[in-house]
Amino acid sequence: MDNIKIQSVNLNAWFGTKQALKDINLSIKANAITAIIGPSGCGKSTFIRTLNRMHELTPTAKMSGQILLDSQNIYDPIVDPVMIRRRVGMVFQKPNPFPTMSIYDNVAAGLKLTGARKDKNLDEVVKYSLQQATLWDEVKDDLKKPGTSISGGQQQRLCIARAIALQPEVILMDEPTSALDPIASAKIERLVVELKKNYTVAIVTHNMQQASRVSDYTAFMYLGNLIEFGSTKDIFESPKNQLTERYITGEFG
Amino acid sequence: MIKLTGDNIFKVLVAVIAASAIVILLLNTYVLITGSANVFATSGFGFISGRNWNFDIPSFGVLPAILGTLITSGIALLVGVPLSLGIAIFIVEMAPRAIRVPFSYLVEMLAAVPSVIYGLWGMLVLRFWVLDYIETPLNTHLGWFPLFSGTPTGYGFLTAGLILAIMIIPTVASVSREVISAVPNSIREAAYGIGATKWEVIRHWVLSYGRSGIFGAIILGLGRAIGETMAVTMVIGNASGASGMPVSLFQTGQTLPSLIAGGFFDSQTALLSSAYIGAGLVLLAISLLINVAAHVMMTRVLKVKGGAVE
Ligand SMILES: Nc1ncnc2c1ncn2[C@@H]1O[C@H](COP(=O)(O)OP(=O)(O)OP(=O)(O)O)[C@@H](O)[C@H]1O
Ligand SMILES: [Mg+2]
Repeated sequence: MDNIKIQSVNLNAWFGTKQALKDINLSIKANAITAIIGPSGCGKSTFIRTLNRMHELTPTAKMSGQILLDSQNIYDPIVDPVMIRRRVGMVFQKPNPFPTMSIYDNVAAGLKLTGARKDKNLDEVVKYSLQQATLWDEVKDDLKKPGTSISGGQQQRLCIARAIALQPEVILMDEPTSALDPIASAKIERLVVELKKNYTVAIVTHNMQQASRVSDYTAFMYLGNLIEFGSTKDIFESPKNQLTERYITGEFG
Repeated sequence: MIKLTGDNIFKVLVAVIAASAIVILLLNTYVLITGSANVFATSGFGFISGRNWNFDIPSFGVLPAILGTLITSGIALLVGVPLSLGIAIFIVEMAPRAIRVPFSYLVEMLAAVPSVIYGLWGMLVLRFWVLDYIETPLNTHLGWFPLFSGTPTGYGFLTAGLILAIMIIPTVASVSREVISAVPNSIREAAYGIGATKWEVIRHWVLSYGRSGIFGAIILGLGRAIGETMAVTMVIGNASGASGMPVSLFQTGQTLPSLIAGGFFDSQTALLSSAYIGAGLVLLAISLLINVAAHVMMTRVLKVKGGAVE
């Protein structure tokens, strides 16, 4: 396949002795949205957390296989996980802005870690990131307020801005709308579609409509296995696997 | 008339119990004030600002003891707080599960050691360490500097402060440990997600989120350090009056509690015992003042920075 941004090769993952991912081979294309669907506990979160080395932060977690980011194995011992997490950003299920930081600092935090001082450039990046996250107009007069002082949907867009500020190549989203109301969710969905112009996006979702609306490719997982992967159109209109068909028609989940 | 229902009786009971805490504090204060009226009538403000402790003249001032209290407590915080935070961070963020619980338990056990035991250890062991490894070298090479001047004996402010540092560790460390474990994991993950290292996560997020709780832990430790009597009395050297006026860290001196413990029972005259009670009043005032200041500071910090209100 052409234009592959990030790819798992024979990926297995465990929590203690429990295997959460079984031999996953999945390629995520650049500047496209890949949805990951499947019933609860099938390993969706675990999978995307292996893509930016967040998986290893869980004390009992283990893994084997490779994740290739631009054909480089991110689990190579010479690779610094901190650098990977800057290149592969993450948005979580529950909006989690930093409560002790202002809206401005929430967005600037990642850059400040890299040594950027509060200068004009930082102001611009903050503004650009908030604009990209379609939040700028709503918060531009409240940049000094705490990151937790805005609504849930705004907080989630703030978290997206926080990820964008580091100019990542890939953005991972783990059910980014499941804690939000329909209107806020719709905003995030439109935003996700916008993001693919500049970023590669992988999004975990429980919502079939959402997957079919926003994504270009869809991966269906079940009990730690990758059951089927293809263009979203194919998966939803002509799934090859029985399980996929039963899942997308809502027979189980 | 209010009906005598079970609910009402319960309400009154709870109110009485709650009020008794205040009543005890007020009674305490009252006793200290009336008890010390005599010395304040004789010495006036000089009781606070004076440095002599002399019953022949008579002239009583507790300034050396006030400074001694502040200096030893200051050393205790300076040394004890970083150690306690290190322990708390180690337990929550770094220690493997297997040693986490036993280690926390051990740290808490330090609180169960009676203070006279700390005092004995201070006299028999710590004092010589301080003398051989800190005081003598510093005095030899930097003796011209007032803080390190004098003739080191191992007894004095430094040793007392270090004993206090150890004694506040269980309090500060275990409260901080609770505070740090209460920091939501989602915050740590978000921080790792933007490329923070473990050290950065702890420094910029965990400690910042827990700062009000940690501040509270430090104040608890400070309270313990200010009031500690027995261990301090055993190692501070109990230099009374002007000779206990602090210049050097290595010199002997006294704190308010050690002053009272060292002399109250031998006080021969009404004026003398009134002076000791006055020292108690000053001690109580300092403790209350620090608590109030801490409270004000805490609400102020939280308001300005916003968020993280547990
Ligand atoms: N921290 C953990 N410790 C132990 N087991 C875990 C942990 N996290 C996940 N698991 C297990 O790994 C498997 C996959 O979990 P994962 O969270 O990846 O599923 P998921 O597809 O994201 O589910 P959901 O849709 O409910 O979020 C599950 O069986 C789960 O119980
Ligand atoms: Mg999940």
